[in-house]
Amino acid sequence: MTGILKIALKLLVNDKSKFSALLVGITFAVFLMVMMTSMFSGILTRASATVLNIGAKVWVMDPAVNNVASSIPMPDYVLDAVRSINGVKYAVPLYSGGALVKLRSGSYQFVTVMGLDDSTLFGRPELLAGKIEDIFAENAFVVVQDAEFAKLENPIIGTEFEINDHRGVVVGLAKVNTSGLFGVPTLYTTFSRAITYIPSTRFTAAYILIEPKGSGDLSYIKRQVQKLGYEALTKDEFIQKISNFYKYNTGLGINVLLMTIISFIVGLSISGQTFYTFILENLEKFGALKAIGAKGRELITMILFQATFTALTAYGLGVGLATTLIVVARLRLPDYAAQITYGNLGLAFVMVLIIAGVSSYIGIRKVIRIEPFDIFRS
Amino acid sequence: MANLAVRAQGLTKWFGEGDAKTFAVRDASFEAHFGELLYIVGPSGSGKTTLLSMISGILRPNSGNVMIEDKDIWSLSDDEIADFRLNRIGFVFQDYHLFPRLTTVENVAIPLILKKMDWNESLKVALGYLEIVGLEERAQLPPVKLSGGEQQRVAIARAIASHPDILIFDEPTASLDGDTGRKIVEFVKKDILNEKRCIIIVTHDIRIFEFADRIMNMEDGKITGVEKREP
Ligand SMILES: Nc1ncnc2c1ncn2[C@@H]1O[C@H](COP(=O)(O)OP(=O)(O)OP(=O)(O)O)[C@@H](O)[C@H]1O
Ligand SMILES: [Mg+2]
Repeated sequence: MTGILKIALKLLVNDKSKFSALLVGITFAVFLMVMMTSMFSGILTRASATVLNIGAKVWVMDPAVNNVASSIPMPDYVLDAVRSINGVKYAVPLYSGGALVKLRSGSYQFVTVMGLDDSTLFGRPELLAGKIEDIFAENAFVVVQDAEFAKLENPIIGTEFEINDHRGVVVGLAKVNTSGLFGVPTLYTTFSRAITYIPSTRFTAAYILIEPKGSGDLSYIKRQVQKLGYEALTKDEFIQKISNFYKYNTGLGINVLLMTIISFIVGLSISGQTFYTFILENLEKFGALKAIGAKGRELITMILFQATFTALTAYGLGVGLATTLIVVARLRLPDYAAQITYGNLGLAFVMVLIIAGVSSYIGIRKVIRIEPFDIFRS
Repeated sequence: MANLAVRAQGLTKWFGEGDAKTFAVRDASFEAHFGELLYIVGPSGSGKTTLLSMISGILRPNSGNVMIEDKDIWSLSDDEIADFRLNRIGFVFQDYHLFPRLTTVENVAIPLILKKMDWNESLKVALGYLEIVGLEERAQLPPVKLSGGEQQRVAIARAIASHPDILIFDEPTASLDGDTGRKIVEFVKKDILNEKRCIIIVTHDIRIFEFADRIMNMEDGKITGVEKREP
């Protein structure tokens, strides 16, 4: 570190009250921004849990579908038509619906049932216990061991329950990457059992999952599906569509955006104000440095360094605080959905840089204008 | 004259415009030489600080020039003037302007650091200058813990640390008691002044007149006369 930066640092850090006020202000702003956006991305990921967990590359659905849970079943001819499209290696139906389960204790619990294609079990989860072939056994269901597992009274293999007046038995426990948003446990079974156990509309396939022959076939498949009046989306496109629904059609996005902007403004005003006072109080010192022979450029470097140093320190503290809080919250609430992504961190980082930039701009304008003469004449 | 340090020619500085226009310094010309202790005396508001600031590259005159080694410093670029201040001028401000958040030795090291000397090296050199002014034991204290006279000496150490050949003191004894003031100027004359240095002191303080080589009088922005003191 060059000498003038070291001096700048000492002038800043040794002014303990101002420095801590600056740190608190920016840390708080970063903390709020990271928390808000993390909550939001947590919710978005949860909302796309099924898409992530099933893992199919291409999903065919009714164009009006905008989140996984509210699927619109498609008639059977669509499946046949999709299978005959060039470039489709195979295509299978996926059942997705809700049912009421009566537990051993006699209480009821709403569940999501995923019905996997009988011949391929495409999209099957990884099992923690049990064998996947057992899913073909009578009344067999696989229970997902996620945050909602306890709501089914922690079943084990062999545990029985009632599902819409049918008997059900647990044959396996599955692990999934992401829990769902709605706080509802998930059961897997075969497509044919799902449609027989759960009262359905005339059409049964909620989604058609496609494995394309190659990625080059994608656009052709999409166009053909579109001609059928349906929509084929890649996994990422589907997730994006779901995210957009929550961002733009639910009011959630706007609220998060507002909160983020408010934290930014609060952080900016606290730290801008404090930094400005800091510069004002040190104006005389900057004037003295100028009189001794510091160049304007060097003073600017000092101020930029002070602002950046404060901003980055506070950024670290804010992110650390948010992470700690999220980790602790997760320990206590398995359902806690916040998720820190690089995007969140990047956003908070950009905002912190803006805070530093604005603060130093105010300081620099002031310092550049001082005439050392006015300071010494006293 | 071979030992000419500063030649000011026709320096004029005014403040304000129109009715508010006041002349702080009018058509001031004088010379200062290496090896001499030149005093500038005059009533308050007579333009002493303004004059000092113009010859030390801090305040740009409205007209006139300041020749140092046959070059008008006010014809230099801003960066060159900054370098001139750093390398040639040691300014001791009236109220010291020490940095309360730095230690005493760091304060003294500032000009060296601005000259891009390595941090540790500059602290070492600065400690040497603190020794010259007899304050090496106070090196690690913040300046506010020092007495007025000690702070004055720290300011002197800082002014001489960059090895300037023109030293400028604005009212160095104004906030000191008579005895301390005298001691400091005596010390400056004995230990800081040499034939390669020129020291200009602005003062009101008649108790220290005895140390002057020449005394220049100012009144109402004009130089009204120079008298030579016999040793
Ligand atoms: N920035 C300024 N704006 C307006 N007038 C100024 C400014 N600086 C100095 N002056 C005026 O110029 C004149 C000379 O000021 P200067 O500070 O040089 O006097 P001085 O001899 O140093 O006085 P003192 O002994 O009180 O320090 C004064 O009348 C002062 O009011
Ligand atoms: Mg003055």
